[in-house]
Amino acid sequence: MQLEQQLRNRLQHKKILLMTHIVLGYPSFEANREVIAQMVHNGVDCIEMQIPFSEPMADGPVILKANQKALSRGTKVTESLAFGAEMAATYDIPFLYMTYYNIIFKYGEQAFMKECQRAGIQGLIVPDLPPEEGADYLHLARENGIAPIMIYAPTSPDERMQELDGHGAGFIYCAARRGVTGTKSEFGDEFNTYLERCQAATKLPLAVGFGIQDRNDVNALKGKADIAVIGSQTIKLVDEQGPSAVGPFIASLR
Amino acid sequence: MNKKGFFGNWGGAYIPEILFQTFQELNHEFEVCKKDSSFWQEYIDLMSTYSCRPTPLTHATNLSRYFGGAQIYIKREDLNHTGAHKANNVMGQGLLIKRMGKKRVIAETGAGQHGMATATMAAKFGFDCTIYMGEEDVLRQRPNVFWMEKMGATVIPVTDGSRTLKDAINEAFRDWVTNVDNTHYALGTVCGPHPFPEMVAWFQSIIGMEAHEQILKQHGRMPARVYACVGGGSNAIGVFKRFIEEPDVELIGVEAGGHGLETGEHAARLCGTGASPGVAQGYKTMFLQDDDGQMLNTHSVAAGLDYVGVSPILTDLWEQGRVRFEAATDKEVMAALDLTMKKEGLIPALESSHAFVQAFKEAPLLSGDDAIIINMSGRGDKDIFTIAHAFNDPSWKEFIIDRAREYSR
Repeated sequence: MQLEQQLRNRLQHKKILLMTHIVLGYPSFEANREVIAQMVHNGVDCIEMQIPFSEPMADGPVILKANQKALSRGTKVTESLAFGAEMAATYDIPFLYMTYYNIIFKYGEQAFMKECQRAGIQGLIVPDLPPEEGADYLHLARENGIAPIMIYAPTSPDERMQELDGHGAGFIYCAARRGVTGTKSEFGDEFNTYLERCQAATKLPLAVGFGIQDRNDVNALKGKADIAVIGSQTIKLVDEQGPSAVGPFIASLR
Repeated sequence: MNKKGFFGNWGGAYIPEILFQTFQELNHEFEVCKKDSSFWQEYIDLMSTYSCRPTPLTHATNLSRYFGGAQIYIKREDLNHTGAHKANNVMGQGLLIKRMGKKRVIAETGAGQHGMATATMAAKFGFDCTIYMGEEDVLRQRPNVFWMEKMGATVIPVTDGSRTLKDAINEAFRDWVTNVDNTHYALGTVCGPHPFPEMVAWFQSIIGMEAHEQILKQHGRMPARVYACVGGGSNAIGVFKRFIEEPDVELIGVEAGGHGLETGEHAARLCGTGASPGVAQGYKTMFLQDDDGQMLNTHSVAAGLDYVGVSPILTDLWEQGRVRFEAATDKEVMAALDLTMKKEGLIPALESSHAFVQAFKEAPLLSGDDAIIINMSGRGDKDIFTIAHAFNDPSWKEFIIDRAREYSR
């Protein structure tokens, strides 16, 4: 599919790609705009934009707070979608939405997919929608040329990984460990065995997320994964030092 | 159930991948237990020796006479150990945890009753125990927090979101995805991802099984109506389940009307117009949410009813027209509680008092030959701070002021 091909093209020139995460409307759309500009100019290959939800069950404290603050500022789904469309039209890298299923369900799955397709959004990450409950979603995503990203976990058995591979497109998002977003992972033997199991289960590129914080973490993934995902770390950085700190941080990861 | 884990259009298992394997194991264990009659017997034995089962069905003769209509019977879940129906579910899940070989149990709690019951079960079975409780509920239900801690549980106040039950559930899920290998999440109500609604309903169905037998013995025939309060819905499903197959028994669920449905400050999902279909906390049901799908804040004087979602099983029964839903306001609840104490010497929990409100409205309209059952899901003395505050009781206030003075010396 389209997203996978774009990532493969980029992988011809880089050993590992960087994917970053932002929460839409946090701290503001204006700040989102500046952060994304810095990310793109410093070599980020793909950005997942989280449409905030009031019950972000799979997120840790940093992203949870960002979701709540974005909502208390009055961030609406339609604004998020308009902003996403603007970014996809402005920059030549793939943009994805990450959100929880209720946001898509309430908007209407068909309408949501059409909106993504029109806006040039390449993929969707929905952590609380396993394929068993997402038949319509999976069908509509493919029909509209949008990659439904599947998630692997260290607790997923081999057969389960293969099954998920059959439903997914674009790449596979591998949660590096048990737990929520934003906590440091240990890249030990157990982790390597897990990534080997992931590789064996799919031909799609592998993205590894949850707790990547510096260049050493990114380097540790080279040769084992295709995409390093930086999530909570840039949100913390913007909180502490403002949007202008994001560029130098991203540059320091390579 | 048709599609796996669905009751009509409602339910399912909308879970993150990290929990997939643990749900496979839980589903497997639950299926094995359901088919194993010795498991149910072990459960009954435990509940009759450790808790107070069967709980009595009390003929409230004074209230019946006072309203001059139906004979009012009260199912006494308040007489369970820990003071509420919550023990039924928790002790059942405790037996499951033992079979699964897990060593740690976590739970969310609103009113604190489920947390209390879980801490009790953990102490009895020797599990480590962590309870997540919304900060607002910690303040409302301080005595329960005290007992949970005394029984060895760690109580973590949840400071995110609306700081009530739904936020405690989110936080418990976050713990679970982190510690999934050794931990079981003992969800307290008939909500959440499959198999929880079915499993909790199974353990709670003991209430209705007993009540069915008792009403036949005491009244000679089926009741006209059965009333239960509905937060998540576990005591309601528990008492309703056996009666669903009795077509002439009307089932009434009473939701939290809070300050009144017109104020928007309530937790009425199925009897109002504020709720719409949604998916959150792992299941599909009618949620109080805005047009974007963001959950709304709810209000009730009763912490245990202060919840945005409702059991998928009840939503299905509502859609089929099998259960009627009503709401009771905070004010009506205090009046019903007052009357029940004065007339019968019973202290229903604020949650349970919602069911009494609706039963009191309808009892005079029925004949003296009819019986109605009110499920008294818990006892109210745990709510002493909230109840005394709501009654604005002068001698209680004086006591608190004196005690505070003594402590601050």
